[in-house]
Amino acid sequence: MNDMTPIAKVQTTLKDWETDQEVRWCPGCGDYAILKAVQRTLPEIGADPSNTVFVSGIGCSSRFPYYIESYGFHTIHGRAPAFATGVKLANPDLDVWIVTGDGDGMSIGGNHTMHILRRNVNVQILLFNNEIYGLTKGQFSPTSREGTNSPTSPLGSVDHPASPCAFALGSGARFIARAYDVSKNLSGVLKASHAHKGAAFVEIFQNCIVYNKDRFDDFVAKGVADQNQLWVEDGQPMLFGSEKSGGIKGIALDMETLSLKVVDVVDGDWQAAGVIVHNARNRAIAHMLVEMPFGPFPMALGVIYDDPRPTYEEVLLGQDAKSRVGKEANLAKLLAKGQTWTVSGTAADPI
Amino acid sequence: MATVVDGPDALTGGKEDLSPEAVVVRFAGDSGDGMQLTGGQFTLSTALAGNDLATFPDFPAEIRAPQGTLFGVSAFQINFGSSAIDTAGDQPDVLVAMNPAALKTNVGALKAGGLIIADAGEFNKRNLEKAKYDVNPLEDGSLENWQLLAFDISAMTLQAVKPFGLGNKEALRCKNMWTLGLALWMFDRDRQPLIDWLNAKFAKSPVLAQANIAALNAGHAYGETAELAGPLKQYHIAPAESEPGLYRTVTGAEAISLGLVAGAQLAELPMFFGGYPITPASAILHNLTKLKEYGVTTFQAEDEIAAIASAIGASFAGQLGVTSSSGPGIALKGEAMGLAIMTELPLVIINSQRGGPSTGLPTKTEQSDLYQAIYGRNGDAPMPVIAARSASDCFEVAIEACRIAVEYMTPVMVLTDGYIANAAEPWKVPDPASFTPFPAKFLAEKNGPNGELLPFARDEKGARPWIKPGTAGLMHRIGGIEKNPGTGNIDYSPASHQTMTDARKAKVDGVAASIPAQAVELGETSGKLAVVGWGSTYGPIHQAVRRARRKGQDVAQIHVRHVWPMPSNLGELLKGYDKVLVPEMNTGQFKTVLRDQFLVDAKPLNKTSGQPFTIAEIEAAIDEALA
Repeated sequence: MNDMTPIAKVQTTLKDWETDQEVRWCPGCGDYAILKAVQRTLPEIGADPSNTVFVSGIGCSSRFPYYIESYGFHTIHGRAPAFATGVKLANPDLDVWIVTGDGDGMSIGGNHTMHILRRNVNVQILLFNNEIYGLTKGQFSPTSREGTNSPTSPLGSVDHPASPCAFALGSGARFIARAYDVSKNLSGVLKASHAHKGAAFVEIFQNCIVYNKDRFDDFVAKGVADQNQLWVEDGQPMLFGSEKSGGIKGIALDMETLSLKVVDVVDGDWQAAGVIVHNARNRAIAHMLVEMPFGPFPMALGVIYDDPRPTYEEVLLGQDAKSRVGKEANLAKLLAKGQTWTVSGTAADPI
Repeated sequence: MATVVDGPDALTGGKEDLSPEAVVVRFAGDSGDGMQLTGGQFTLSTALAGNDLATFPDFPAEIRAPQGTLFGVSAFQINFGSSAIDTAGDQPDVLVAMNPAALKTNVGALKAGGLIIADAGEFNKRNLEKAKYDVNPLEDGSLENWQLLAFDISAMTLQAVKPFGLGNKEALRCKNMWTLGLALWMFDRDRQPLIDWLNAKFAKSPVLAQANIAALNAGHAYGETAELAGPLKQYHIAPAESEPGLYRTVTGAEAISLGLVAGAQLAELPMFFGGYPITPASAILHNLTKLKEYGVTTFQAEDEIAAIASAIGASFAGQLGVTSSSGPGIALKGEAMGLAIMTELPLVIINSQRGGPSTGLPTKTEQSDLYQAIYGRNGDAPMPVIAARSASDCFEVAIEACRIAVEYMTPVMVLTDGYIANAAEPWKVPDPASFTPFPAKFLAEKNGPNGELLPFARDEKGARPWIKPGTAGLMHRIGGIEKNPGTGNIDYSPASHQTMTDARKAKVDGVAASIPAQAVELGETSGKLAVVGWGSTYGPIHQAVRRARRKGQDVAQIHVRHVWPMPSNLGELLKGYDKVLVPEMNTGQFKTVLRDQFLVDAKPLNKTSGQPFTIAEIEAAIDEALA
């Protein structure tokens, strides 16, 4: 069997993960905060730079590997999951991270995102969602909200946006998490994604300060965050808000309509209010959380779903290894396989 | 028509030559009649009888085309004989037609005076209508240019398998074995290997095995008893003179697969094969999937792009990445090939060419992807391209592709085609120890003069070091953006792009230093005419030049394996001939490449019918060129 060797823990510091390359994102870009969070997290999980690979596609987010002192492969638009699948099948011991964006991972590469998730290749997929095409100068993306004004939609975009987490869950992902660039919880989410064995999908809302500035302010801005962010945690009630900001609220299940509802929590008695305790292995709840409309509901963040199953490379390479048992790799014999005949001496005496 | 031929016009009317040098037989029937299987088994028995042979399976793109229709006809042609056979034969001597549609679509190719064996039982009103015959051609004298042998094979098959209690449909499925039995009798073949094969094939259903064997024996017995009069005769084809050794039959797809396994072993690397099903390339994925014990990992990707991307990912991680497809899939892979060129990773890409453009002719052959192979990428993206001339040649070509990929850190494309992929021929089983190994080397420590890592430093061949992720301390980043010539860091300064473009070109041009000088296959190294080919046109060109030379014509054959870069002596060699003729199954692509590279006045001979050249077509062009 192809047992996965546990990846050796190595002592590093944030500095060890910085390259000598000048970071070329726009000043103030949310990518800086994500880069720092990743560089801070890698030492904490004991990652080894020699054994770590960052694979990316094309776009602002995909420049990420150049700034991480590990092995890196900046590939072509949308195809990073396919390259990463080859890397993992060739060497399952490598610790592989994919960095992609809403254009790269949901538009041109949506197909590959779907397939790496359903196969469950053991990688971390970080999708930076800024709801816009940055590197090509501001066109609407597959996650842009309807009515987005952009160079290619001067009258407002009419495309209905895709929801990356709902897409990932529909594709069969076994780990779904959400965070945003400057959140203090981002590192915790990254650690959880790394701890999950299998394809871990992390959507990170990221502020494009040039083409889509402050797009996520309706739930990340100070003052509204408290009432508009629901950080879910396995085994904990789904609570948000505070007494100061207008009361503690929770998410409950409306048994009549089989849908979620927001309830007020009085005197801290969330049980009485019927607030759900989050179970990260409950796929039905995960579906409801990622589909929860923002506005009437807060934005669900944190580890929404985490229910591992065997990884693709374990199963595929395990099957291969099993099929090799007892078989001899003798090329000379292989070449001479099937019905053969011998020509000896003359044509008149062929056999 | 040419009057001088290699073999006698075998089996033609009036002649009583019962030991011809070569015979061409075509089996044609409905796609459901099992003609490919019949042809395959007849091929095997031919090989076991020691004849040289070449085959041409020709089947429709539809999996189960409606029964009896003209477009649902599936055919299998075999040319076999006691002398060297290079093509599947221009014109069949014998046509076995299992229904009216098969007769209609194939009889035109039959040699004048040739023999038609038709299953009269299938020439009913319904089938005649489907084949658009107003009257039964077996009865209206329209086949008088040929010898006709029509009898009710269906009824005789049903009679033969009656004791086994099969349903009518299942019983009729044994028709092909009845026909094969007759063919085995006609050419004096041993039935036993086929009986063994049937017993093995139907091991789980002995009744079916017995029924098929009964049908086979009945067909054979029919030949014996019906020999008395009429056109049915038994022929004996002497074994071909061939080099002593162990032989087997091999198709191009099989030989490519085996060659890739051998190539990976010679490189001392595990092989990763990323593929996506496409006709006619899928057989390679099927074959390799069964060879896991040779260090092969196969991955059926979600699409053509993911197939090549995964292979490049595996190469990056230190395995030998391989992908395979046909024209439309190769087009999709183009951008990723550019990345492999830019990041200088080894990769083998197999293109089993078919008719194009777009979906084109999925099951028919063509050589029209040459431009795509040599030039078909954005930017200055040089890539070595080599072409296989025959099914057995695919083995060595696959090894050669692995060698170039690993030694030069470059993607390499192998061109084969639908004809080679499916055609079978005898193959002298090679000794793996006779090939020189080319073990891959991985960088183990920093390679710069000041102790730094230079992922794009170059060796004497112009190749960069291969650095496997997981190697301690050699972390680096690669990608599709132009890079610094040493560190590989992003650098799109004018000097850097100039240097790197030049380096990539020089490296691929330099492959020419590692390949043999171009040889002349037949004839002199200078003269009036050189017929220059590449790929699967080898067979018909070879026979045509051989015949022309026997007629005393001053003509030579040159066949190019390395189509990019080409052997360094090729330009000079071509200048030694007054005329250069380039037969190709496209509109003149290699002709243009030769003109561009060597300023020679190469003249095209083009064919794009989805069918290989006949010998006669090339002979006629030689006559014209020398007239």
